[in-house]
Amino acid sequence: MIKLQYVYWLIGAFLALCAIYNLRERRWSMGAFWAVLACAFVFGDAIQAASVAHTRWPAQLMGVGVIALGLLAASGTMQKQGSTETERRDSATRLGNKLFLPALTIPFATIVFVLALPHIPWHGSPLVEPAQATLVSLALACVIAAAAALRTTRAPASQALAEGRRLLDTLGCVALLPMVLATLGSVFAATGVGDAVASIVGMFIPTDSALACLLAFAFGMVLFAMIMGNAFAAFPVMMAGIGLPLLIHKHGAAPAVLGSLGMLTGYCGTLLTPMAANFNIVPAVLLELRDQYAVIRAQTPTALVLLVVNVILMAVLIFR
Amino acid sequence: MTSKKAKAGHNESRSYEQNDLFENHGQRKKLMTGLAAIPSPAASEVIKREDIRVNYWPLIGVAVVIVGFALKRNPVLVVIAAGVASALAAGMGFDDLLALIGDSFVSNRALLLFVLTLPAIGLLERYGLRERAQAWIASFRKLSLARLLIAYLGARQLLSMLGLFDLAGHAQTVRPLIAPMSEAAAKNDGIELDADERERVHALAAATDNVGRFFGEDVFLAFGAVLLIQGFYARNGIQLDPLAIALWALPTAIAAFVIHALRICWVQRTLVDRQRRKNPSHDSRDRRGSQNQPTRGDAA
Repeated sequence: MIKLQYVYWLIGAFLALCAIYNLRERRWSMGAFWAVLACAFVFGDAIQAASVAHTRWPAQLMGVGVIALGLLAASGTMQKQGSTETERRDSATRLGNKLFLPALTIPFATIVFVLALPHIPWHGSPLVEPAQATLVSLALACVIAAAAALRTTRAPASQALAEGRRLLDTLGCVALLPMVLATLGSVFAATGVGDAVASIVGMFIPTDSALACLLAFAFGMVLFAMIMGNAFAAFPVMMAGIGLPLLIHKHGAAPAVLGSLGMLTGYCGTLLTPMAANFNIVPAVLLELRDQYAVIRAQTPTALVLLVVNVILMAVLIFR
Repeated sequence: MTSKKAKAGHNESRSYEQNDLFENHGQRKKLMTGLAAIPSPAASEVIKREDIRVNYWPLIGVAVVIVGFALKRNPVLVVIAAGVASALAAGMGFDDLLALIGDSFVSNRALLLFVLTLPAIGLLERYGLRERAQAWIASFRKLSLARLLIAYLGARQLLSMLGLFDLAGHAQTVRPLIAPMSEAAAKNDGIELDADERERVHALAAATDNVGRFFGEDVFLAFGAVLLIQGFYARNGIQLDPLAIALWALPTAIAAFVIHALRICWVQRTLVDRQRRKNPSHDSRDRRGSQNQPTRGDAA
């Protein structure tokens, strides 16, 4: 049976390798950064198991590691290296459309695996747990794509790792941003930030007006999605604060429409915030844009117009 | 203990896969299938807000984030500092705080899965994948920037509606394929991109991926958002069919497609206009053929 744990170990091994490459080149802070991060993947399951068993020091140690990652990220210097353009153009002409095949392997193999793996029996249980199928499939597809790329380019395997490491170093600490933001989301939830925001919004709305409640709900969803970096965290807070007691119970809003459109209103907020790093900041760095916020800028007009349309849709559809 | 409630779905993309993370915590109950193991959301719905005095101090974490991002400090450090500030303001001890951060960090490690795409993509790029993608698009003389991006937007939305949202993405498709293809398609329109415009086109390609994904995935039945909504209502005594929720995402999905498609057309027009102003003697459409000799005649 293929477990998600093995995928995490694979990521851990890759990160550890990147750390070794950097340490060998005496780029200490970058090397230490990837090494600490590798620990989260190599020991992740052990840490979680210990926490369930009420042994807290492994999680606390990891907490210290996370803070160390933040300090390293702030101190690290980024250097880039790359191949020359003529080199790439020559091989592009030589290999032609054959280059597309390994690249397309990642998406298509993922889908085939997602559909197939949970149905293949392995000693009485499925080869892959259905709940883990997407992540495991994506990881397997990446390994197969790397093998296909090596075959097409006839490069040595070490070059694939070196090029992967080059891209990872290009991303630098931004690669970590989605993970620390999700962590911040957990901390905010645990410390009651959601309750505080909902209570502030609740203080300012005239509850007798259905439209005012709706606007407060929509605005709250956007604001909260922007603060937390995702609409999922905003939804239960705003629903518990405004949606359920005021819109549904007091003003008779249709729950299915309110839920669906309310969530999508939050998505408009997600398009506007650097907190949704994996959608808005990571691509800007991946595309090597000089402006970190370029993707958000490109999305802003769409998000704002869509927000207005969404609020109008809600006003028309939920109070029927 | 609210501190144990590491929530689901820290972002739209991963929540569906993230569910399995919570199995490790043991106590999580599964709702319907493995897909539906959405953990209970924030504590606010469990505890009536009127019963407790709300502590506003943890909001200091939000302030730290806003100020830190505005001052362009290192984002990772800002976010970690915000978490520490918020936890300390809530009266949490240092040992609890470290355990909370460590636990949440580890349970969100699925978000770094994309690094596994890097060796394959990096190697292919080293051997000219992006250059090849550009040359290929340049061979379709009639494929404009707007047509390419609108087709990608539509395909991304439709695939997301079928639950295939990991088929594409910034690491998998945008950087290696769509961004260089957009550049080549702009050249097909006779637009010679300068550095700023190239950035704008690349950013638009990434934005198109996000819009297509966000406003397609909610129509997919087994997606985390739909199940989160259904689960929330079920805990509050309102029974809904997931299909009813998913279908109400359709109007917004259509609106998102129309709005973003119009914007793509608008960006293309601005670029063409700017090009005309730079080279007033040439009409951009006429220059197209002489710029890129097509390698094959199979125009779309």
